[in-house]
Amino acid sequence: MDLKAPHSMGTTIIGVTYNGGVVLGADSRTSTGMYIANRASDKITQLTDNVYICRSGSAANSQIVSDHVRYFLHQHTIQLGQPATVKVAANLVRLISYNNKNMLETGLIVGGWDKYEGGKIYAIPLGGTIIKQPFAIGGSGSGYLYGFFDQAWKEKMTKDEAEQLVVKAVSLAMARDGASGGVVRTVIINSDGVIGNFYPGDGLPLWHEELESHNSLLDILNASGPEPMNI
Amino acid sequence: MSSIGTGYDLSVTTFSPDGRVFQIEYAAKAVDNSGTVIGIKCKDGIVMGVEKLIASKMMLPGSNRRIHSVHRHSGMAVAGLAADGRQIVARAKSEATNYESVYGEPIPVNELAGRVASYVHLCTLYWWLRPFGCGVILGGYDRDGPQLYMIEPSGISYRYFGAAIGKGKQAAKTEIEKLKLSEMTCREGVIEVAKIIYKVHDEAKDKAFELEMSWVCDESKRLHQKVPDELLEEAKAAARTALEEMDAD
Repeated sequence: MDLKAPHSMGTTIIGVTYNGGVVLGADSRTSTGMYIANRASDKITQLTDNVYICRSGSAANSQIVSDHVRYFLHQHTIQLGQPATVKVAANLVRLISYNNKNMLETGLIVGGWDKYEGGKIYAIPLGGTIIKQPFAIGGSGSGYLYGFFDQAWKEKMTKDEAEQLVVKAVSLAMARDGASGGVVRTVIINSDGVIGNFYPGDGLPLWHEELESHNSLLDILNASGPEPMNI
Repeated sequence: MSSIGTGYDLSVTTFSPDGRVFQIEYAAKAVDNSGTVIGIKCKDGIVMGVEKLIASKMMLPGSNRRIHSVHRHSGMAVAGLAADGRQIVARAKSEATNYESVYGEPIPVNELAGRVASYVHLCTLYWWLRPFGCGVILGGYDRDGPQLYMIEPSGISYRYFGAAIGKGKQAAKTEIEKLKLSEMTCREGVIEVAKIIYKVHDEAKDKAFELEMSWVCDESKRLHQKVPDELLEEAKAAARTALEEMDAD
């Protein structure tokens, strides 16, 4: 077991706009090689009252970038005399990502609400590009979600529809991606403020061929299931 | 409130016993000697106008511009020493582009005004620099709507509905106060500004002048630009007619 391997958040991160705000979602697995260093991490980090960021890739790099942007945004808010816009937050993130691309390895999704543009999502992948999208997915688990979103995404969803979509998507990715897992955390941001939700892993729906969790092995022994090696 | 500040007016780093910095007050006098500059905030944008006194018949019309664009969405009209004004405009342009490259959005007008004011004020703090001999009217249209600011040589900056600096500022302010700005569009505002500048121009003391006007409004798609030629001609014609009607009385 290589405990000296850098902490990486394999991760599945998602940001989705809906009619009135945004919903951000993420899994909670932080791994050091094959060991899960933190099985309940919070990958959705606050930048300002109205803007949050989903972090993926190197845990250390993404934390440092978030810390720097939070610092600059705080000063900017004081200077401006009003909350910073999502666009400004995203731009500060991409300047750091782009100008230090040789040293950093982190994919980020910035999402939030401001009074001028409403709910907005900006994706800032590895190289430091910035792209505004109605929804964005990132992290190793996102590879399994492109087709899913092509079909399941629609414009002008309600808040509940959007959150259900996010939870379902993270849960699907967690089922297929070894580097994603644990619990699902969501953050909903709109004009009324911010609400964070928590969905424990054993409460998530089971997908094809996933086995139910049991509290005790004795339950499995007593159940009369199919004979092993039977097709 | 003018008095001689003998002995206390040699340096901008000296206060007089009654708490005044005379060098800054003298700098303001340089502004008062210049052609009138006005700015008004209408309901859909800003209009600025300059009474550009022509020193020589040999000067090409349209040269020596007194109104400059600082960024796509904002512009500055300068009164006082023209060379000093160029310096302030250059600084404002640099602040605006720098803000946009860091924050990814056009600089809010109140932020720009604050930075220009800080820069002007900076030059009143050191004995080896002299204060700027110019006042500036800054008009811009950002996501919070149209805004008008005036920055004086002391570095003071306030937000205005209507502002005037230069020779005819008292008369111009009186005229501006008569206007119902909140109900006026910029198209109407252009005519009114032209009328005011023609009215406050002193035919006896200063011979010829050129009217320079700019606007930033919904009609100009929130871009700061020279007032279109036909509208400018229309405004000049209306101003001359108004003047004749006054003289006829």
